[in-house]
Amino acid sequence: MNVQQHIENKLKVLAPRLIDVENESHRHHVPPNSETHFKVTVVSSAFEGLLPVKRHQRVYSVLDEELAGPVHALALHLYTPAEWERRGGDIPASPDCRGGTRS
Amino acid sequence: MSSTIDTIKQQISENSILLYMKGTPQFPQCGFSAQTVQAVMACGERFAFVNILENPDIRTELKTFANWPTFPQLWVNGELVGGADIVIEMYQNGELEPLLKEAAAANATEEGDS
Repeated sequence: MNVQQHIENKLKVLAPRLIDVENESHRHHVPPNSETHFKVTVVSSAFEGLLPVKRHQRVYSVLDEELAGPVHALALHLYTPAEWERRGGDIPASPDCRGGTRS
Repeated sequence: MSSTIDTIKQQISENSILLYMKGTPQFPQCGFSAQTVQAVMACGERFAFVNILENPDIRTELKTFANWPTFPQLWVNGELVGGADIVIEMYQNGELEPLLKEAAAANATEEGDS
């Protein structure tokens, strides 16, 4: 199983209404077919009443192994079902790479 | 000699607006840091920054201290506001500017009192 599938499987613990995991590694300074940079969108009522920092920390705790290992960047877009509806299902874009180093 | 954690605590308590980032505001070395520092600068308040690429100890320790595995990290009034995703969304919602203005104003009052 690749890292992308791992992330998707593990996030099912949040009972998400939607999971979208996008491998954006090709946009960064890493070898071809890397699995280092991801953008994850999750819509779940588990985020109800949680401030953004807490939502992110909830996801980080689920993906702690991946973040300690292969995953270098993880853009997170975390919404409650109501917020997702207000957005009209629009996933924000990630910024372009500026070089930098792999940790 | 103070430990890295002490250094971090001191930085966070002494700077009401503090950005831990990759590179500098003039030369950010990561797209996420670049977007975040742009949003912070657009709010027009003075802020402190730490280039974590030049401070590997802070880079390692802060992840655990903050319970936050990536950079950038924006800290306001001693609390973690978030990374790039949160800061940019707050900027777009118009929530970032009042937060930073308030922090800067409170800090200026404090300095005036002392």
